[in-house]
Amino acid sequence: MSNPLSDMEHPDVIFAIGTNMTECHPVAATRLKKAIARGAKMIVADPRRTRLAKIADLHLPLRVGSDVALLLAMANVIARENLIARDFINARTAGSDAFLEHIKEFTPAWASPICEVDAELIEQAARWYGEGNPSAIFYTLGITEHISGVDNVQSLCNLALMTGNLGNMGGGINPMRGQNNIQGAGDCGAVPGNFPGFQPCADPEKAKKFSKAYGTEIDAENGITKVTALNNAGKDGAEGIHAMLIDGENTVVTDPDKNHCEQSLKNLEHLVVIDIFMTETAQLANIVLPATAFAETDGVQTNTERRVQRLRAAVQPPGDAKPDWWIISGIARQMGKQGFEYESAKDVFNELCSLSPIYEGLNWDRIENGEYQWPVPESNHPGTPRLHEKEFKNGRGLFKIIGYRDPAEVIDGEFPVWLTTGRRLQAYHTRTQTGRSSGIDYLLDEESLEIHPNDAKQWGINDGDFVKMRSRRGAIEIKARLTDRSPRGTVFTSFSFASVPVNILTGSGYDPVTQTAELKVCPVAIELVESRE
Amino acid sequence: MIALKDKSSGTVVGSVTIDGELVEFHQGETIYQVAERCRREVPTLCYDKRLEAFGACRLCVVEVEGIRNPVASCTTAASEGMIIKTKTKAVDKYRKTLLEMVASENRNLDIDALAGYASQELGTLLDRYKANNGRFEGKQSGESNEDDKNPFILRDYDNCISCYRCVRVCAEQEGDHAINVMNRGFHTQITTEFGNDLRDSQCTFCGQCVQTCPTGALTDKKAIRAKDLPGDISKTRSVCPYCGVGCAVDLLTKNDRVVGIQPAMDGPANEGALCIKGQYAFDFVHHPDRLTKPLIRQPDGNFREAEWEEALEAAAEGFTKVREKYGRHAIYGIASGRAPHEAAYMVQKFIRAGFGTNYIDNCSRS
Repeated sequence: MSNPLSDMEHPDVIFAIGTNMTECHPVAATRLKKAIARGAKMIVADPRRTRLAKIADLHLPLRVGSDVALLLAMANVIARENLIARDFINARTAGSDAFLEHIKEFTPAWASPICEVDAELIEQAARWYGEGNPSAIFYTLGITEHISGVDNVQSLCNLALMTGNLGNMGGGINPMRGQNNIQGAGDCGAVPGNFPGFQPCADPEKAKKFSKAYGTEIDAENGITKVTALNNAGKDGAEGIHAMLIDGENTVVTDPDKNHCEQSLKNLEHLVVIDIFMTETAQLANIVLPATAFAETDGVQTNTERRVQRLRAAVQPPGDAKPDWWIISGIARQMGKQGFEYESAKDVFNELCSLSPIYEGLNWDRIENGEYQWPVPESNHPGTPRLHEKEFKNGRGLFKIIGYRDPAEVIDGEFPVWLTTGRRLQAYHTRTQTGRSSGIDYLLDEESLEIHPNDAKQWGINDGDFVKMRSRRGAIEIKARLTDRSPRGTVFTSFSFASVPVNILTGSGYDPVTQTAELKVCPVAIELVESRE
Repeated sequence: MIALKDKSSGTVVGSVTIDGELVEFHQGETIYQVAERCRREVPTLCYDKRLEAFGACRLCVVEVEGIRNPVASCTTAASEGMIIKTKTKAVDKYRKTLLEMVASENRNLDIDALAGYASQELGTLLDRYKANNGRFEGKQSGESNEDDKNPFILRDYDNCISCYRCVRVCAEQEGDHAINVMNRGFHTQITTEFGNDLRDSQCTFCGQCVQTCPTGALTDKKAIRAKDLPGDISKTRSVCPYCGVGCAVDLLTKNDRVVGIQPAMDGPANEGALCIKGQYAFDFVHHPDRLTKPLIRQPDGNFREAEWEEALEAAAEGFTKVREKYGRHAIYGIASGRAPHEAAYMVQKFIRAGFGTNYIDNCSRS
């Protein structure tokens, strides 16, 4: 998030797009509800009538995967109505002329048939966002899990840049991160393009710095992504991947293409999985190593607002379970590697801080109470609750020229229904944890497919019937639930239940830049299963 | 004079005298807020600083010079020159009588601390004012709703004192409006729409009503299961293991078991709020499915348990072999978005220092 969570109580206009916040980030959503109670207006763009959409002043039920068209048309209206922040654009951005010229043709009338939203509603949303002072953008995977994920994010950046809603209190562009330490995994350099602290691997100076620190010559070029690595698993030739270390990820269940992923992992000669349970992924490993869990581990994690906080162990782990860092450094030492002699989590974290400019002012003792948001470049630095206040890290904010593209697959005669996927309040990801916590089943004990009642009627489906849902990649059976949360022509389910492996269906395409899968869009065919009760 | 330390949080508009001491106050501050800031012990039952002041319990009464009756400090704005007394014989007697009346309404006054964050408030005040003396024998109000079979929130309204903190936290903090107040006087009842179970209401089981209840009328059903476990309750500050909001929590442990979770009222990300997952989905930690021993796959395809030394050696040997056979670009590492920094840092270091590549990723792409 560019802005702190506390800023969520202060926008004038909230623009929430592709975020089911009351279910996925419920505590953050309470802050939006408070802003609304104080008089803020909220626009929600989401194909589904989520709880957030129900409390919005304006709901744009756009067709799945049409975000770029909507955002182009909003930019068009903002420019036409002269709601642009000219001073901000002149002082802090670049590329505005080309951008303002580019968006001229993308009127609400153009976007309306693509998004399946009335042009007047798009006009209204654009005016509100443009007039708001401040206006804040919130988004989640509904923006990123598309083949146009990067385009979607950059389209949102364009809106914020043209209206000057960056670096201001209560404004900004705010992605809500989905996992407790997914921000931290990136901070720590667990990505193919960055060393810890977002230092680019392709920068020879940085490669030299880490080669020296780690006592090994490290390639001064980006590695491959997980998606490519899985594709290359077991392949002949130089690109083949033959061993993997997977730490705490149930890849088989979360991967956008289950069958492919399972086969990939089976193709490996050596797979080591570290986890707290025997997950579907661990089942495929040669070696499974037991890790300590929440409440048993001392450590650090970073939240969605870049706040670096301490985790504390309160109980002993079961049996021989050990912290991940202990296990992995142990393997490295067994391989004869130097520099893996650690006594504690504190040693590890302090080493990270010493190598990462955004953490340079932090250390284990300083983060005792979680009061710092990175970047914290020096030991007396107070942290940075709000990014981009005075300047952008890279100089000027760049407008990007973006065009609309259809999703990887679109509905047709054979697959006439849009499937979109997401989460539910009571279940977390693959339920390895929520599914093993007592009581959760009372509220959510099975997965279902949300279908608009009128669609169901037309398809001859009643509430509670089992349906067969097919895509170009596979088929699953799932119980139907009739609800007007789903719009006509679009159905919804989550991928939390292993009994309903929705990732057999998905996996139609990937964003060309990030290789994030288009989990939010998958054309399907649905038919009643007669025989099943 | 007690000057305001943090003048940025509001405009200083004047000063009042509290128990003989001159104190500055902000625009809009109530007498209670000023008194709390100067560490005066003003008792309350209906007050939760995250919520609008309500003025129902009347325990926070103070004397203000020039005003004949004691005033509720939580709903009275401080104003220039006020002379306030927070502790006088008359005020203490008034508070004690009120507490005796409250006590007469409740069946159970000895509440286990596992019931909820604020569950000890009434009991503590009864002790402090020696008000648990059975002076009044009154009718009891409220009706227990033990039929609600939800596994998280026990609703024993025999212990309700109609402070409405649960109703207010649900409305003001959560924006859910799942519960409301029905009837008045002895017939006051906290209820859902049409008196349904919580599951059939707007309730999301965030547990905020439980944590703000000052009497244990609302009880954390999961935590209270550990009531009879031997040992004291310890609290350890940590962070919720689910989404990226990073809510600070206190782990309640007893006898080396996590028995419950309470929201950290001073947690920077959550300021006392939690959701159903953070509040109630914690016991996976002690689930019998937990892996407890390293496992090595045997030639017949089955796993066998191993000691760490052997397992680490086998893990290392596999990587070394693949490296020798296919080169250093044949090995890949995937870090978790769920494990802490030290795990992610170590996976990337293992790959970078171990093989000199950047063949490392995490789960954020899917």
